[in-house]
Amino acid sequence: MTEQNNSLVQIRDLYKRFSISGDLLDQLQFKGGKLIRHQEYVHAINGVSLDVMPGEALCVVGESGCGKSTVARTVMGLLTPTAGQIFYRGERIDNLSDKQMLPYRKKMQMIFQNPYASLNPRMTIMETLREPIRFHNRAMSSGEIRDKIAEVMLAVGVDPSWGERYSHEFSGGQRQRISIARALAVDPEFIVADEPISALDVSIQAQVLNLMMDAQKERNLTYLFITHDLAVVEHFGTRVAVMYLGTLCELAPTKQLFSSPRHPYTQALMSAIPRLEDDRPDYIKLTGEVPTPVNLPSGCVFHGRCPHVNERCKREIPALTLLQDGTQVACHGVEENRL
Amino acid sequence: MPLLEVNNLEVCFGLRSGAVKALRDVSFTLERGERLGVVGESGAGKSVLGFSIINLLSRPGHISAGNVNFEGKDLASLAPEELRSIRGNRISMIFQDPMMTLNPVLTIGVQMVECLQAHRQISTSDAKRIALKRLQQVQIPSAEKRLDQYPHELSGGMRQRIVIAIGLLLDPDIIIADEPTTALDVTIQAEIMDLMLNLCEQNNVALILITHDLGVVSQVTQRMLVMYAGRIIEQGPTKEIINDAQHPYTQGLMNALPQMAIPGQKLNQIKGTMPPLQNIPTGCSFNPRCEYVMDICTKKLPPFTQSGNCLVACHMVADSQHGPQQEKLRSEEV
Repeated sequence: MTEQNNSLVQIRDLYKRFSISGDLLDQLQFKGGKLIRHQEYVHAINGVSLDVMPGEALCVVGESGCGKSTVARTVMGLLTPTAGQIFYRGERIDNLSDKQMLPYRKKMQMIFQNPYASLNPRMTIMETLREPIRFHNRAMSSGEIRDKIAEVMLAVGVDPSWGERYSHEFSGGQRQRISIARALAVDPEFIVADEPISALDVSIQAQVLNLMMDAQKERNLTYLFITHDLAVVEHFGTRVAVMYLGTLCELAPTKQLFSSPRHPYTQALMSAIPRLEDDRPDYIKLTGEVPTPVNLPSGCVFHGRCPHVNERCKREIPALTLLQDGTQVACHGVEENRL
Repeated sequence: MPLLEVNNLEVCFGLRSGAVKALRDVSFTLERGERLGVVGESGAGKSVLGFSIINLLSRPGHISAGNVNFEGKDLASLAPEELRSIRGNRISMIFQDPMMTLNPVLTIGVQMVECLQAHRQISTSDAKRIALKRLQQVQIPSAEKRLDQYPHELSGGMRQRIVIAIGLLLDPDIIIADEPTTALDVTIQAEIMDLMLNLCEQNNVALILITHDLGVVSQVTQRMLVMYAGRIIEQGPTKEIINDAQHPYTQGLMNALPQMAIPGQKLNQIKGTMPPLQNIPTGCSFNPRCEYVMDICTKKLPPFTQSGNCLVACHMVADSQHGPQQEKLRSEEV
């Protein structure tokens, strides 16, 4: 992969695993008369490298458990990576202390999936929005803060006179607007949105997506957009990264990915989207289920369900290779020109 | 006679703040072997409709008017014992979250045998044989082993297959599936929908599919109902509605789908949100959000108008069908 120094966020060879074997006492086991320590891990991310370019909306898609949310959280510094590096405008940020991280937090904000859980029920909307502004702009007077709150509330289409209300008084769509307002309040450059519309109804999803696109245009934002909904990606994304079991299978500009998906998993995923078409199209049937990330399969993580599997796929982990048309794909079949 | 006939069904939830009508004047029919989709946003009453068909409403919810005729019997007024012989036996239900449906402390086999023995006089070994056959029908690998497993040992897709197998155990006439694939991933969803479609076709089972996903409805069902704020606003053949929706709300729902917009351009959105059920506007309940709203829409409830093979509750559609004469009549009424 070529070094792109003009990218806003660089993720390099990221690994994240979570221990699931509890504390030390839980890990101790008797085996053959000996006391041994047995540890098990969930391998959530296994060597992901991504570049987020300024001004783009990079979408990360995949099924549940593929590690897309873990990527989002690790980039934001909410989780520490097990291995790998994260750069923001060329500066390494994954090993910074909380204090050193502070200036970056102002530039990077996050929108969460469930607006019912991400807004504090005991704070009024005004308080919710005031907190980040005051925290990141110590020099601001309360008058300026009030103006700023009114500005972001207007920007997301929530009446500023509702500031004294609590979050339970709003509908799901309005709450998600408020969480977007909270993210915008500190004038960030980069927003990580983790399934921001999945909890909303179709007609409300469109409203929130439009709002996010408007904000992107007006404020020149860069998005890392995590979703499982491919229809949304097709509409919203500049580029798409497809993940499976903690690895990146394919990375391509949106149009290209939708017109000619290369990785067998991407192809299956695309064909499975229910579309408004008269006749049921033939979809690529995948056999079996997604393996658990506790015991990762050897070789290509997709080999157990892949219709084009061969011996090499079972042994060797495919590397992400750049094709002529600009698609990056990790598949032996594509590399060997048999797909 | 249709297999199931729902007439003017009204469901009421008596709350301290007053009665809330979750369903109003809902009427539709279901033929044997037919696949019917029910779509709408959350709070539109689609799940309540599913529950009220087999009277699974729990207090304070109750059917306050109308009836549900299943082979000539009114399920709404049936005694609990009689209803129990129909529930699970003739009409079975599949819920959204398989982990909530399956009992976590019983093995799959025990749960399936229990269901069979509750409705039929049958030995445990015979029941097991039927259970095994059903598990194989829903394409569960190593089905025999699964009978002795607990729900937590299986993946989400596998659990939903088992719930479907249990739903089919007693050869029901109708399956009511309430968002059966919402908790599942797309690739698994496609498999499960395919499976349900095939099983319903093979066994001539009627399906009521409740979902918010228009894509799924368009691929699985033959007819569909669109619900808004407790009422059916449009019903007819799925193909006709998908290709040429008449009601402004249905049109809005379709147009709001990302695949309907040009990539990078704004999505077509419906302004506002669905009103809370305590506070439904007079006239057409969609009128505050409708872009074609007319004077009459805020005053009078729109009747169903036949348009093609569809029934649409919209004044605009009524006017375009019956012309200005009807318009004149109506303005006199108002």
